[in-house]
Amino acid sequence: MKRWILAGATALALVGGQAEAKTFKWAYQGDIQSLDPQGLQETFTLGFLGNVYEALTHYDTNLKLEPALATSWENTDPTHWVFHLREGVTFHNGDPFTADDVIFTWKRSLTPGSDLKGAGGKMSEIEKIDDHTIKVTTPTPNPILPRDLPFFYIMSHKWAEENNATQATSPAEANSSSTYASTHENGTGPFIVTGRQPDVKTTFKRFDGYWDKDLKTNVDEVVFTPISEDATRTAALISGDLDLVFPVPVQDWQRLEDAKGVKPLHGPDARTIFLGMDQFRDELLYSDVKGKNPLKDKDVRGAIAHAIDLKAIDEKVMRGAANPAGLLIGPQINGFSKDLAEPYAYDPKQSKELLDKAGYPDGFQLGMDCPNNRYVNDELVCRAVASYLAKIGIKVDLNAQPKAKYFAKVGPQNGNDTSFYLLGWTPTTFDAQNTLFNIVHSFDKAANAGQFNYGHYSNTAIDDMITQIDKETDEAKRQSLIDEAFKTLKDDYGILPIHQQPLSWGVKDTIDAPQRPDDVLDFRYVTMP
Amino acid sequence: MLLFVLKRLAQSVLVMLVVALIAFALFRYVGDPVDSMVGQDTTLEQRADLRERLGLNDSFLVQYARFIGRAATGDFGQSYRLRQPVDELLAERFPATFELSLVSAVMALLIGVPMGVYTALNRRGLLSRGFMTLSLIGISLPTFLIGILLILVFGVVLRWLPTFGRGDVVQVGWWTSGLMTRSGLSSLIMPAITLAIFQMTLIVRLIRAEMLEVLRADYVKFARARGLKPRTINFSIALKNTLVPVMTIIGLQIGSIIAFAIITESVFQWPGMGLLFIQAIENVDIPVMAAYLMLIAFIFVVINLVVDVLYFVVDPRLRVQGR
Repeated sequence: MKRWILAGATALALVGGQAEAKTFKWAYQGDIQSLDPQGLQETFTLGFLGNVYEALTHYDTNLKLEPALATSWENTDPTHWVFHLREGVTFHNGDPFTADDVIFTWKRSLTPGSDLKGAGGKMSEIEKIDDHTIKVTTPTPNPILPRDLPFFYIMSHKWAEENNATQATSPAEANSSSTYASTHENGTGPFIVTGRQPDVKTTFKRFDGYWDKDLKTNVDEVVFTPISEDATRTAALISGDLDLVFPVPVQDWQRLEDAKGVKPLHGPDARTIFLGMDQFRDELLYSDVKGKNPLKDKDVRGAIAHAIDLKAIDEKVMRGAANPAGLLIGPQINGFSKDLAEPYAYDPKQSKELLDKAGYPDGFQLGMDCPNNRYVNDELVCRAVASYLAKIGIKVDLNAQPKAKYFAKVGPQNGNDTSFYLLGWTPTTFDAQNTLFNIVHSFDKAANAGQFNYGHYSNTAIDDMITQIDKETDEAKRQSLIDEAFKTLKDDYGILPIHQQPLSWGVKDTIDAPQRPDDVLDFRYVTMP
Repeated sequence: MLLFVLKRLAQSVLVMLVVALIAFALFRYVGDPVDSMVGQDTTLEQRADLRERLGLNDSFLVQYARFIGRAATGDFGQSYRLRQPVDELLAERFPATFELSLVSAVMALLIGVPMGVYTALNRRGLLSRGFMTLSLIGISLPTFLIGILLILVFGVVLRWLPTFGRGDVVQVGWWTSGLMTRSGLSSLIMPAITLAIFQMTLIVRLIRAEMLEVLRADYVKFARARGLKPRTINFSIALKNTLVPVMTIIGLQIGSIIAFAIITESVFQWPGMGLLFIQAIENVDIPVMAAYLMLIAFIFVVINLVVDVLYFVVDPRLRVQGR
């Protein structure tokens, strides 16, 4: 027995003598659903997989587009793009990366189980010019194709064929098709998944064969644990068990500042929170006004807009870390314009006058839907909105519920069963067009437009502009169209922005981890002492 | 006896079927699973298509029948959220919940029974009053709060114990055990205490009340009159006679420990079935919810059965009647 202990001690001493492997431990509130890069198009899942897989293009820490598996690209004519692929790149299993892998990935993204059909559908043909050059055809002129691709992770066609993983795994088909890709990975990224127990732990180590030798990170190994309870997550950071956790409740920032060795980390999120209003029914579902829809009246919408003190909400509910917004997109989003970003002025007197003018001097009752576990302090924001509206006579009945129930109620699958709601949006392409198309465009099921325009705000002039923005390849012209669309929306009080919510992480003082505005942790930039 | 056991097992199937039926009737109100299965760029048409393929448009009776039909062949479907077969998931998580429940049940019994006996025998003692006050606190504090307090004291301030998770586990066949590693054991302490406290206080109060009742019975008085040692009276006669009702309650409590480890598991991020279930609710993971509820129903039936069989062992009167 003694000998064993001695041997163990010697072994430990030997290990200790070498440079210690730097292990970075972090936690998030949930786990990814699948390792399949085409399994679920959701920011956390794709951001997580971005450490393992790579796409042709990549976002740096400020969401600026930079080359990744493609070294350069050009828009040769409105519907064609040529991408030059990086040479000398290998997948984790040693397969070399070539044009065939890009073409395979694109075809796989269009298989039934794929949740990246949207991105895949932006390309109608990929032609291989040589092993490291491809020519992409787009169905319509698309000036922002490279922005559609940073989450379009390239998979090895050889690996997929060997493992019967040529079809994207979907929860619906998982029994019939192979689930190999959802439990195994083979990317070209800087980290390799070395172990994974869903909901419990995922471990990573550095990929020695990674093409970029100048990577900023000095981390050798990464351990990820999902922790669903906010209080436990925060405690785990303060206790020193973990190096980084997110999200941290805004209320806990003070605690982290008071605790030794850790600090809260916050920055602006690319997500904008806003209020939507039913503008299509002739009579509201949740109101005491019968026979007409007060929210169809621009004056009533204006009254609501000017009655809410966004600065106070920021200070009281978000501890001053949000950006009160006048625009549905934040400054990180392509198409943002500073001139339009000023929020509606807080002016309850004007609101009262507008209500009088609209014929509701005593206000009215209005039901409001709100999620309570989707956005930062979402329910508190809704309650603040309700109390501001009460001051001008609009009595809000708040229905705050968990996101699963909220979205099932207000979503289009349920006929948008709501009168007044709070929602948040980050455009997947980080371009204004995505927000305009999903949130502002008239609801059109066939064209898939306005899918998240739950209140069916409709302005044909803006719809026309959105169609033009989609095709316009001249950047200046495109920007002026975007500005015009947002300006029209603003003057119309169509959808009311509240703020860009803050990102909220907790981190050890000694760790340097840049916060990407889409709440993604990119290991490439993490450094530890 | 064998017939009795078989009959009860047959009844358990009926119980499980009813539980699943009620569960499916309620699933319609939990939310739309498709929302958390696809990303925001997924078109309405693709969403509707997925809903159709998952059979979510059918009436709940049809969904129920399909689930039962597949379950009869051993196929419990695929988790919507984790994209793995549900039976595999539950088997993976069961050891964590079982070890936690077992340790906390043993803890509750080992501490609760002596405390109960002591407080019954020394009703007016200072220590007894202290125990009773403590048990009142234990029974009224919410589990969540106890867990968080323990984490703050032993995890954050003193830093003696890990704040979350199960530590390192050892694989024994398909079973994973945290009882054999140091980190596994130290991770187990706080969740086990959290889960044990309520049961323990319940046992203390129950044993005390039953003991007080029995001590007043004629046969105890007679035993005293015969001049038997107090030790023999208290433990061989009195305690034994309190056991029948206590066993019923404790048996059911073991069922609830397993079933209601949910809160403890989510406070400590303990990777058991309870955590799986609570996350299934959040994400409207219908196959996991259905299978979990059926499994819990089954566990309750089995525990009841074991308790009934134990009655025969403990209570000789039943054996006489059984003949």
